[in-house]
Amino acid sequence: MTTKLLTALLLGTSILGSAGVAYADDVTLNIESWRGDDLAIWKDKLIPAFEAKNPDIKVVFAPSAPTEYDAALGAKLAAGSAGDLITCRPFDKSLELFKKGNLADISTLPGMENFSDVAKAAWQTDDGKSSFCVPMASVIHGFIYNKDAFDKLGIKVPETRDEFFAALDKIKADGTYIPMAMGTKDLWEAATMGYQNIGPNYWKGEEGRLALIKGEQKLTDPQWVEPFKELARWKDYLGDGFEAQTYPDSQNLFTLGRAAIYPAGSWEIGLFNTQAQFKMGAFPPPVQKAGDTCYISDHTDIGMGLNAASKNADAAKTFLSWVASPDFATIYANALPGFFSLNNTPVKMEDPLAQEFVSWRGKCKSTIRSTYQILSRGTPNLENETWVESANVINGTDTPEAAAKKLQDGLDSWYKPAK
Amino acid sequence: MAAAPKRPFRWHISVFLAPALLVYTAIMILPLAGTLQLSLFRNINQSQVFVGLENFRMLFGDPNWSVNFWNALRNNVWFFVIHMLVQNPIGVLLAALLSSPRLRFSAFYRTAIFVPTILSFVIVGFAWKLILSPLWGVAPHMMDLVGLKSLFTPWLGKAQYALTALSLISVWQFVGIPMMLIYAALLSIPEEVIEAAECDGITGMAQFWKIKLPLILPSIGIISILTFVGNFNAFDLIYTAQGALAGPNYSTDILGTFLYRAFFGFQLQVGDPNMGAAIATMMFLIILGGVCVYLFLVQTRLRRYQF
Repeated sequence: MTTKLLTALLLGTSILGSAGVAYADDVTLNIESWRGDDLAIWKDKLIPAFEAKNPDIKVVFAPSAPTEYDAALGAKLAAGSAGDLITCRPFDKSLELFKKGNLADISTLPGMENFSDVAKAAWQTDDGKSSFCVPMASVIHGFIYNKDAFDKLGIKVPETRDEFFAALDKIKADGTYIPMAMGTKDLWEAATMGYQNIGPNYWKGEEGRLALIKGEQKLTDPQWVEPFKELARWKDYLGDGFEAQTYPDSQNLFTLGRAAIYPAGSWEIGLFNTQAQFKMGAFPPPVQKAGDTCYISDHTDIGMGLNAASKNADAAKTFLSWVASPDFATIYANALPGFFSLNNTPVKMEDPLAQEFVSWRGKCKSTIRSTYQILSRGTPNLENETWVESANVINGTDTPEAAAKKLQDGLDSWYKPAK
Repeated sequence: MAAAPKRPFRWHISVFLAPALLVYTAIMILPLAGTLQLSLFRNINQSQVFVGLENFRMLFGDPNWSVNFWNALRNNVWFFVIHMLVQNPIGVLLAALLSSPRLRFSAFYRTAIFVPTILSFVIVGFAWKLILSPLWGVAPHMMDLVGLKSLFTPWLGKAQYALTALSLISVWQFVGIPMMLIYAALLSIPEEVIEAAECDGITGMAQFWKIKLPLILPSIGIISILTFVGNFNAFDLIYTAQGALAGPNYSTDILGTFLYRAFFGFQLQVGDPNMGAAIATMMFLIILGGVCVYLFLVQTRLRRYQF
């Protein structure tokens, strides 16, 4: 007893003596994450910024490999050795953790009011009543184009679909550039950069997505088939042998300056900035006619939640509130151009391409990918099937109508919308 | 008459058998039994419930599973047929050429042809993806040089060619194995037999067909069964070259990739270990059936020659 007291006293005096400002009840928070790539950003920018404001809380960022993250996290949670803060994958994977009681309900956390419902949807129960992760970042879909090529050919940035195809025709007729850099080999390019990119303009973003979940709309309805029809038209503008063109092939085609337009996700910005030797610009998916409301896929990708078993819940909540603050958003969004803060407060970003992407939030309505919430829980898996069918439509294996019918039939076989 | 002296228990037999038996049981028999057991259960409300053959009924009865299963099985059979029709005859041919005493640099050829076998699937898949790439590949360029550019298509991206192309890549990689086995069998044919054949006036091609081929038939049988087992367990090449969804349009989906998606899940698809185990059990039964057919119907009829 006396030795313990002595140790505590000694420790206390040494800390007080050396740091002067630190208290004896310092807590350390551990963050579980799969984003090993972000280690430097956390260590050099985010954590110092937080610790400067909260000197009594120490934060350690401890990532594991992306492929091992879910399994490792599950094991640690079961063993009770998981960190206090848990980086959340969107939708079902985190929902499952919440249902098992691993993630705490943080619906009332100060700072959560900074986020819109769409932003929070990825980490909410199906009824939207409880939230369990603070949204950190999203990725926005659109098209990145080679500005030099557009200038040389005298093409204006297309706003409507007709202008878009006219631009593609012009690039094709000129012959210097491949009009569009996309392949169908890896399947997901066709679905994610194709269908989910242009689709929201047809199904009116959230309106269509929620109607699909409620069962009021079907994938065979015109607004869900039309994007497939547009995809089928893309075929003529892709490079030779696009059927065997992989995702890295597409990236290289574009950054080497051989292709003019790249159907993109904003996560490309960082890489493209370092690789491309030409000026780049971006435009949102073109609308039917000028003046139409535009919709963009602003897909929630990463969040952070509180381990329900954490012993430092109060400190962890302080940290989460900070993650929900505009301060965090500014540092994070600038360190990782292309991963946009979901905060309602506009974030000032340096990167012009990232600025362009995020500016669409002001004029367009945001939605998330239609297949992610609830609809990909059964067999056949709607997301996987959408990959396969989007590629099939571009390859000409399936007609748009047949593809839509297959998807709807698959969905019908297990999904019964709540009445 | 006294009773025959009781033999002492020969404990050394069990002691000598034990290590192998224990290791084999631990790493082969237990996992296999575990898989079979897993396929009879299903996860209902977070607990494993015994459901009998329900998973198999679903695998064959529910079109969401059965269409994929039969597609994978059909593709797997085609994968095997290509190997039997291309890999093994070429292996025999190469072995026959290599064993010809007049061939120079035979050691070099033997090594060169065998080298791909020891390469990793990842390297092979990636290298061939690059070779056949329509953008930066060597294949379109070289075909252009000989004026055959028009024959080039993005093989790996077309549903009708992709599986055949991958089978041929696999043949390229593994042709060294039948070649080596047959080569060894050819070398073990005694000189006297060959000399006797020559005395009887059987030389050249006739000698190969009438003397050597019957003598290496048991080796060809072994190679066939190895090919069968290998092909129905294949997974890595398809996974590295085409991804877990085995595109385009599931045209290269074989039992291995189908099992992988079911067991571990893919992207938003959550893994279902029970259905995965059911598929694994079917693969086991298919391979077991094939091997039994070979052992009981084919191998017993092969004539063996003792020298």
